Amino acid sequence: MTFEEQIQHFRGIVDDVSFPTVKEWKSKHTGGKVVGMFPVYTPYELPHALGMLPVGLLGAGGIIEIDHADSRIQSFVCSIARSTLELGLTDRVKDFDAVYFTSICDVARNLSGIWKANFPHQLVEYIHFPQNMESPSAVHHYRGELQRLLGNLEQLGGKKASADEVVRSIEAFNHNRSLCWRLHEIRQLTPWKLSTYEAYILLRIGTLLPVEEHTHILEGIIPLVESRETKQRDHVRVILEGSFCEQPPMELLQVIEEAGCYIVNDDLLLHSRWFTDPVPANGDPLLALAESYIQRSVSSSVRHYGLRSRKQALMNKVRSGQADGVIFSAPKFCEPALLDYVLFKDELEKNGIPYLAFEYEEKMSVFESIRMQIEAFVESVMFFT
Amino acid sequence: MSESKFKYQGVGREYQKKLLTAWNDRLQSAESDGRKVAYLFVPGNVAEFLRVFDFELVFPEVNALQCGVRKISGDYILKAEDVGYSPDVCGYVKNDIGMMLAGNVGPSGHKIPKPDLLLCTYCGCTTFIKWFEALAHYYDVPLVLLDIPYLRGSVIEETDRQYIVQQLKELIPLCEKMTGNKYNHDKLVEITKHAAEAEDLWVQILHSAKRKPSPFDSYFEAVFFMAPIYILRGLPECTDYYREAMKEIQERIEHGVGPIPEEKFRVVVEGPPPWPHFRSFWELLKRWGVCAVASSYSKVGGFWDHGFRHDPTRPLESIADYCLTCYTNQNLAMRTDLLKTYAEEYDADAILIHSVKSCRSFSVGQADMREQFLRKWDLPTLLVESDLADPRYFQIAQLRNRIDAFFESLEHKRLVHA
Ligand code: SF4
Ligand code: SF4
Repeated sequence: MTFEEQIQHFRGIVDDVSFPTVKEWKSKHTGGKVVGMFPVYTPYELPHALGMLPVGLLGAGGIIEIDHADSRIQSFVCSIARSTLELGLTDRVKDFDAVYFTSICDVARNLSGIWKANFPHQLVEYIHFPQNMESPSAVHHYRGELQRLLGNLEQLGGKKASADEVVRSIEAFNHNRSLCWRLHEIRQLTPWKLSTYEAYILLRIGTLLPVEEHTHILEGIIPLVESRETKQRDHVRVILEGSFCEQPPMELLQVIEEAGCYIVNDDLLLHSRWFTDPVPANGDPLLALAESYIQRSVSSSVRHYGLRSRKQALMNKVRSGQADGVIFSAPKFCEPALLDYVLFKDELEKNGIPYLAFEYEEKMSVFESIRMQIEAFVESVMFFT
Repeated sequence: MSESKFKYQGVGREYQKKLLTAWNDRLQSAESDGRKVAYLFVPGNVAEFLRVFDFELVFPEVNALQCGVRKISGDYILKAEDVGYSPDVCGYVKNDIGMMLAGNVGPSGHKIPKPDLLLCTYCGCTTFIKWFEALAHYYDVPLVLLDIPYLRGSVIEETDRQYIVQQLKELIPLCEKMTGNKYNHDKLVEITKHAAEAEDLWVQILHSAKRKPSPFDSYFEAVFFMAPIYILRGLPECTDYYREAMKEIQERIEHGVGPIPEEKFRVVVEGPPPWPHFRSFWELLKRWGVCAVASSYSKVGGFWDHGFRHDPTRPLESIADYCLTCYTNQNLAMRTDLLKTYAEEYDADAILIHSVKSCRSFSVGQADMREQFLRKWDLPTLLVESDLADPRYFQIAQLRNRIDAFFESLEHKRLVHA
């Protein structure tokens, strides 16, 4: 398959809400357990260490109608929460043995409660990520939380994970993350070689496959990308911010680029490069994961950083990406994104960086007005700054 | 009711007002008197701890709800939307930011002092963090986050408790430096003693609603009666307040009267009130002789009625337990169970869910709860939607129709079964 054919092939898998890769994996692994991971970041290493398959549970991308979830979640809630529940209520995730939600927001947290009530046969976890980054006790507490999760998974799988097994999982994900970072670097340095849409598909397919397979795909594809002979265009360089949880329609990513932008940094599928450095693969592996979370992870609107400010992190992205502007693209009703927007835009204004903001929903299908807004934005950046 | 018969009528409301005015006066002069000011949230408020250092306490949520009651929240919300806040985010946050941008004069006309410390008690609401990050952005003052793990199981984990205790200990040097006052364990013991006394009395008031007719409305009245236990907990005047308020309730019991002329329906209420339309909402229910005999909203700042108290023999640990068990920090299964238990304990006819757009922490899951009440326990449940701060979402005609239809059908069922 050519590069383009591979992307097309992966897109087909991503769009198939019956989770074909899960079915295939289960047919090959009798008694194997599958763990669904709601965004933004979850410790994929834990189920992996027990030979389980962690799978991204990222909504339905506007592919299915929301019928049943409507009576369970009100209309003023983001689409990923509603469509994820719809996937559950329509039996599309019945092959999953466990589901993880995390403390990214009140919606995701309460969705974990709704899930528990509606799918009692699944192990439903709500992970409390530490928010007090300054507290020396946070590492210890989060390590305990990881231990609890691992213990519950061990019970589910009927076997224990040794420290060595967790270390090997850490290594597997470290390697995978380094390749995801490489894709990211290609986007930053030579965005004409790999569109954001293509990069997105390459990362997204990783949420549906065993990490080793994904790593194998990336190892094969990165050299292809590097040697691609694509023409550099006269685009403006932008940072895409706000699309960290609910997945933006893929057409939206394409529209942004077609309208004249290179997205040189973004917060899409952040879990794939959550840690800025490899998680130490020696010593206590759970402690290593906990310390990495607190001390060496990327900035995101779903966590508090204490004195390390997210505004600063955004400005660093602008500088390191040599970006001309920022595009805020937030899911409708998403408080973490919408509340951060105000602080971010103030910071950009202070620094004279142009920005554009709009909201999306999974079901969105008409992009013309957004296209026009982006084109106008691109023009203003090109000619007036 | 003749005046001679009711010596204590209105004491709960009046005394509460007096105390809050005195509190506001103290806040107003805090800056000029050099007293340090800490901002914190109602859920998980570690008032006892902060009082050891003589911090003056500001609760932005209380300001927001009072702006709602005084019908000025709408303008403040628009002001915040003007600077970029989305129509879809929490109205309390926008009210507060709008008020701050307009000069930070509180709803009672008092000037609200600037914070010296923003202590974000992350207790069951993630928006709390965003709210105080915004205040830190505008005021440029230190923000400390007290990380309170959400209850993942149905009991308190020792690790969660110790995590909070450790964080409080870690906070001591900062508080000492800021206020110049040393941490004093004996003082904390004394303060928690006062807190526990007030809690005992407050619980007696809450439990009085088990009587028929109930002498007290656990939602529409409780929201006023509960203010001192949130704002002044740990001070002797707080205990004094509940002693007086209890007299009012006692008097009502003696005369067999309650908040409405004739109690026809007893309901358990879930969710915060629509502050800008508080009276109208109450009236819609009073027409049907509805008394709220229990509510979850009166537990957001502390869940005492099933036994928990601040404990002078283990003050820090009990503060941690207090934070962990606030209603906002309880998971959906616990919340659902609690409402059902209330329905039994208080012999309620139905559950009324007031679902507010602003507060996803409260509202996401309520529709599912309703399904469970109906399906599992055959508990009549009405879910209505509006907002706690934003007057734009209160559609009175629609609410009236829903409420009337619901109680009509309850009445009908009663007649059929009689
Ligand atoms: S899209 Fe936003 S509001 Fe919705 S679950 Fe994700 S983080 Fe929460
Ligand atoms: S979301 Fe709810 S609990 Fe949180 S600040 Fe808003 S009103 Fe308060």
